[in-house]
Amino acid sequence: MSADANEALSRRGFLAISAATLGGVMLAPGIRLIEIAGARAPEQAASKRVRWGLLIDTNKCAPGCDDCVKACATENGIRSTGHPRTDPQWIRKVELKDPRSGRAHSAPVMCQHCEHPPCVDVCPTGASFKRADGIVLVDRHTCIGCRYCIMACPYKARSIVFQEVTDQNPDVPRGKGCAEGCTLCVHRVDRDQQPACVEACAKAGHNAMIFGDLNDPQSEIARRVAKYASTQIRADLKLNPGVRYQGL
Amino acid sequence: MPPHGLLRFFACLLLALPALAFAAERTPKPFIVIDKPGQCVEAAEIMRREHPDMLKHQRDRTMREGIRTRKYSLKECVECHAGAKTASVIGEKGFCQSCHDYASVRLDCFGCHASKPKLASGAKP
Repeated sequence: MSADANEALSRRGFLAISAATLGGVMLAPGIRLIEIAGARAPEQAASKRVRWGLLIDTNKCAPGCDDCVKACATENGIRSTGHPRTDPQWIRKVELKDPRSGRAHSAPVMCQHCEHPPCVDVCPTGASFKRADGIVLVDRHTCIGCRYCIMACPYKARSIVFQEVTDQNPDVPRGKGCAEGCTLCVHRVDRDQQPACVEACAKAGHNAMIFGDLNDPQSEIARRVAKYASTQIRADLKLNPGVRYQGL
Repeated sequence: MPPHGLLRFFACLLLALPALAFAAERTPKPFIVIDKPGQCVEAAEIMRREHPDMLKHQRDRTMREGIRTRKYSLKECVECHAGAKTASVIGEKGFCQSCHDYASVRLDCFGCHASKPKLASGAKP
């Protein structure tokens, strides 16, 4: 029996090893059967097998707390110009209250990184685009500042920069006359880091935000989305946002 | 100008003319200071002629595809070429701007991109 079990184990072990080897085998230069998990190499393009997303638990999101908003501003170099009505806004806190039950809760709202982004549909120059891994961005090199995307976005997630910008973060170029919005901290994601808002939320101990790959069934975000009820804002528009909310 | 001043001016001009004509470097040159000597990513002649194409090619790959190799990235240019005093590639004697001013080519990279390396922009006096 014990010999049998040993043999079975070793056979299983052998199968596992061969499967792993097969997975890593290069089918053609640059193409593998299974991508080896971990950070993407700098010379590797963003993959469409990945769908970056956010899951925000509004039950853990404290009303009045704006740690995520502050972290976003610091990371992306967004400073007040003294004109609050026209200042760019990548993320904002929305406070909600049900007048019947009196239940109040709040949630951060930013670019929802739609699968079918209206901002991309309306952009006349192709500056607004969706990266292969689902991150919706503005290519400022081609943006003409027409603001169609600002009007098309049902989440009010895009802003235009009215004032000259100085002292930018070298990783986050921003300038006057271009539309902009949350980039999911794409420069950090490409380095295998979390977006600044998610990091700040976890650091403050709220843990209301999770970032990860929705397409990877092993990731925490995908497991939570599969297990708990979560909603997308304005799901009726069928844009399939990558940002989901729990407890709305 | 008083008459003797004018005379003196023309005398100076006459004296200076031969010197100007035989000077080896008559044409003004851009003010270029390289604080970190060494090899750039390509030879200097190639860099002078082709750096806009390199940057444009790299920008599309980085922006659209997320390829973040460092060799031809503007961030790396700034890291290396920022002046020791100003910690910037722009400004009158900045590496980028001095040459662009000389060639009369508008430099709009730094309307959006940081003209200072990360460390220097963070550590301000």
